[in-house]
Amino acid sequence: MNEYLAPLWISFKTVLVTTAITFVLGIAAARWISRYSGKLKPVIDGAFILPLVLPPTVVGFGLLLLLGKHGWIGHPLSLIGTTIVFSWPATVISAAVMAFPLMYMTARGAFEQVDTNIEDAARTLGASEWRVLYSVTLPMAWPGVVAGTILCFARSMGEFGATLMLAGNIPGKTTTIPVAIYFAIVDGNMKEAVYLMIIVLCIALASLAALAYLKKPKPRFRALTVNPVPNNMLYTSGKKDSHIN
Amino acid sequence: MLNWFLRKNNWRTLLSTGVIALALITASCSNTTTSTTVTTSPKTTTTTAQPVTLNVLAASSLSNVLKAINTAYTQANPNVTISLSTGASGTLQTQIENGAPSDVFLSAAIANMDNLQKDNLIINSTRKNIVDNTLVMVVPNDSTLGLTSFNDLTLSKVTKIAIGDPKSVPAGTYAQKAFDELGITAQIQSKFILGANVTQVLTYVTGGNVDVGFVYSTDALSSNQVKVVANAPADINAQIVYPEAVIQGSQDPDVARAYLNFLSSDQAKALFLQYGFTMAGS
Repeated sequence: MNEYLAPLWISFKTVLVTTAITFVLGIAAARWISRYSGKLKPVIDGAFILPLVLPPTVVGFGLLLLLGKHGWIGHPLSLIGTTIVFSWPATVISAAVMAFPLMYMTARGAFEQVDTNIEDAARTLGASEWRVLYSVTLPMAWPGVVAGTILCFARSMGEFGATLMLAGNIPGKTTTIPVAIYFAIVDGNMKEAVYLMIIVLCIALASLAALAYLKKPKPRFRALTVNPVPNNMLYTSGKKDSHIN
Repeated sequence: MLNWFLRKNNWRTLLSTGVIALALITASCSNTTTSTTVTTSPKTTTTTAQPVTLNVLAASSLSNVLKAINTAYTQANPNVTISLSTGASGTLQTQIENGAPSDVFLSAAIANMDNLQKDNLIINSTRKNIVDNTLVMVVPNDSTLGLTSFNDLTLSKVTKIAIGDPKSVPAGTYAQKAFDELGITAQIQSKFILGANVTQVLTYVTGGNVDVGFVYSTDALSSNQVKVVANAPADINAQIVYPEAVIQGSQDPDVARAYLNFLSSDQAKALFLQYGFTMAGS
């Protein structure tokens, strides 16, 4: 029984922390990049999306080189006695790196759909940037943000290659469900593999159902998404129709 | 004519027809047997022109020595191409049980060969012990922990121990047996990092991210980035024997037999000894 409980608990912890981290970082990165108009924008955008395109083993290997004992980040850390590789935080790091592009891309798409006029209107009414983000932008971008969160949740649940590279297989500490399934199959323990597979299938189906449900526009946002404020009623200095006051 | 290509519906029909055709072709391809059976004389080591691919499944620890031996074999038998697949003996056993194409199996443990024999998956008359090995405790070259024996594993300064997964990697099984014998398993269990095969365990040690690892002496010999600090107990080392056999479902059993004979030849023996193995029964 312990063979099933331990991977479940580890995966649960990992997915929870990873989704929280990627939620914050993904929104922050998407917000920042949509405002940024420097020359490096395509490069930074590419760097953010890179883990999605690369094979997970490549990302895991890269993280291992970076965070391992002889790595750029790992070496200074080892001098103060901390090791990241082969520890539970490593599962979070590898899952977060693999899931981040999903949140970033979905949030960015959602933010770019938000009518900047309404954000500007909030600013004219005295709202701080945080207030604008929290009260105007996020609610309007909410379906996309939620979709991104659920994608992150699903991706971090299923993360295998990078996790195995960076965190290894330490029973009770870093053996997530996908790692446990792999080693169960490799050990010839088909029964355990099937049980874990059924659990993962149920969680995956549940998250897809949640995604389908949450994508439906909520009544309270319908006023903003279906009937936006007409352009000629907004202060739009510097843009077309600015002669209309 | 051009208008035909401009209609989207026609592209759709074209695409779906293409996909269906492709599916039918691949389905029919997989049904036909693609192996070429050796139709010439039943004697082994013939110099027929029939090209043969031999699928050799071998324990990871044999990877380096078999590459050298296979080069020698294919020089002597140019019509044979050897496809070498290495991994943990338990993993390979599972693959063979599930029908992976294989002609020869070289295991690092008697148990895996016994399991295949029990299910009648090997040609019993070809089964033979080929080499022996010993289990050693290795640390990274720059290790400052000063470990000298298996019992040092219980010290608190040892936080990460790399061993093969005892359920599928013989090196891990042997290490586990040694720990059980010394009565230290319960104390050190939480420090284990399980590798999928013994080569991965070696890589963990050379990478410097673990404190200590358990590999074969041949693996330690193959790397200049680790040092051996202790040997397994003699009775454990005495159990480390590598059996070989031809797989029952082999498409080229005669060539497989010839290959196994070559492994017992003087040329192969010299290579085994060079890589640190000892011949079985010696």
